[in-house]
Amino acid sequence: MIKFTNVFKAFPKGGLALKDVSFHIAKGEFAFLTGHSGAGKSTVLKLIYADERPTSGEVRVSGHGITDMRPRDVPLLRRRLGIVFQDFRLLEDRTAEENVGFALEVTAARQSTIAARVMRVLTQVGLAAKAQAYPRELSGGEQQRVAIARALVNEPTVFLADEPTGNLDERATRGVFQLLRDINASGTAVVMATHDLDLVRQAPYRVIELQEGALVYDSAVDEPRDQAAAP
Amino acid sequence: MNLVVREAFRTFKRAPLLSALSVTTIAFSLFVLGLFGLVVVNLQDALRRVEERVEIVAYLLPGTPIEPVTIGLKDIEAFPEVQAATYVSEDQALARARAELVEFRDVLRELERNPLPASVEVKLKPGFRDTEHVSAVAERLLGFGFVDDVRFGRDWIEKLDRLRQLAGAVAIVVGVAFAVVAVIIIGTTIRMTVLQRSREIAIMRLVGATDGFIRRPFLLQGALKGLLGGTVAIALSFAAYAVVDRYLEIHATFFSYEQAAVIIGFGALIGLIGSATSVGRHLRRV
Ligand SMILES: Nc1ncnc2c1ncn2[C@@H]1O[C@H](COP(=O)(O)OP(=O)(O)O)[C@@H](O)[C@H]1O
Ligand SMILES: [Mg+2]
Repeated sequence: MIKFTNVFKAFPKGGLALKDVSFHIAKGEFAFLTGHSGAGKSTVLKLIYADERPTSGEVRVSGHGITDMRPRDVPLLRRRLGIVFQDFRLLEDRTAEENVGFALEVTAARQSTIAARVMRVLTQVGLAAKAQAYPRELSGGEQQRVAIARALVNEPTVFLADEPTGNLDERATRGVFQLLRDINASGTAVVMATHDLDLVRQAPYRVIELQEGALVYDSAVDEPRDQAAAP
Repeated sequence: MNLVVREAFRTFKRAPLLSALSVTTIAFSLFVLGLFGLVVVNLQDALRRVEERVEIVAYLLPGTPIEPVTIGLKDIEAFPEVQAATYVSEDQALARARAELVEFRDVLRELERNPLPASVEVKLKPGFRDTEHVSAVAERLLGFGFVDDVRFGRDWIEKLDRLRQLAGAVAIVVGVAFAVVAVIIIGTTIRMTVLQRSREIAIMRLVGATDGFIRRPFLLQGALKGLLGGTVAIALSFAAYAVVDRYLEIHATFFSYEQAAVIIGFGALIGLIGSATSVGRHLRRV
């Protein structure tokens, strides 16, 4: 599903963000991407949704090569991915419903089916009652649920989350994490970047750890280790 | 389509101040262009009125019978450059001289014999009233057997030629300069609109919007602002024209409907192109 082979990423200004990273995430898998700030987690995710291209090596996502993907194929890839961020990235002048519907309109979905599909995902994330609310009227946890609903509405095969709980309190964090687990349980692969090791310990999922751009630990390949010893 | 329209109008709703600023900027840029256009239009008008006085007079040999002249007149009127050719008999010439040259009335009355020759007065069609065509027609008139001499104001027609060329060159240079400035100013305000919505554009891309999808509402919105700005510019120009026409009493000309439509269309085009380049540049950069 997601395959990195000897991936290097250098930014014009700044050194190597990724150094020889290789891993494979299977269909339906849940994988944590951990590491300190600046370790390269966001860069890995950006390569998956083709916001960046690898400097060398190969990135493949559901059979598509990212390295030499034509720019006009990028939107098509993104419609098959669901992406959420620490800062939610909602449109402030649109209601929850409109924010979610927007992701469908972009794909030229049939207008008649949009409302029903939007309500279905809003119900799924537990926000059906706040469909008419604007982002500023919602708590951080609720805003992230709207963002998750927007990411889900196109029925993605891969769900990417870049520190989705970074701005949330403990209770909201648990709720959002549970949602991601549910999404994974229904068969969607989930890649979640986080440095919240408590969260990582809570679930028996795969852990891929980066350190200064290098992959230093992959629970699917390496010996199990004591999480507490992690740097 | 419906979606494109909705998204285009969202800009006006979401950023009314910036939208009003864009429209005002477009309006005033085109207003300045319009004022210059009015000057050009009126100058052209004045030149045309002067041009109407361009005339070739072919004096006939004394004693020419009327019949060959009548036939010749038909030939002359058939020249592609000629608008009208009129025969002026010797008597008519004298009568006209008496009426026009009041100072010489006494001299003219005491004449025993009419010294004035009969003539053919030739007017050229608009577009042929320059030295080159006038000379060519004069040359051909000399070929008629009954024509003694041909006169036209070579000096002042040459001056008219030069004035026309100068006015044309100035109009083009200044007009293009104004148009370029208008395009730059309008482009800048439109770029502000794009920058203001860069977050929105980023989110649209994230959820899989194609560049075309992102671009379309901007194009429509830019064209609408241009259309609106152009219309306001025409209204302002008309107000300025009305004031000048009323208080300076110089009977100025306003734009024809076609010219007004061209200015409004130009506004829409700048809005469209300005948006296209701003969005295009933004999309390529991020
Ligand atoms: N657009 C960029 N230009 C230059 N350097 C960048 C850019 N994006 C990321 N980096 C650098 O790459 C490294 C990894 O960044 P990132 O993937 O954002 O880390 P993480 O998400 O793990 O905190 C950092 O050193 C960061 O400064
Ligand atoms: Mg990051």
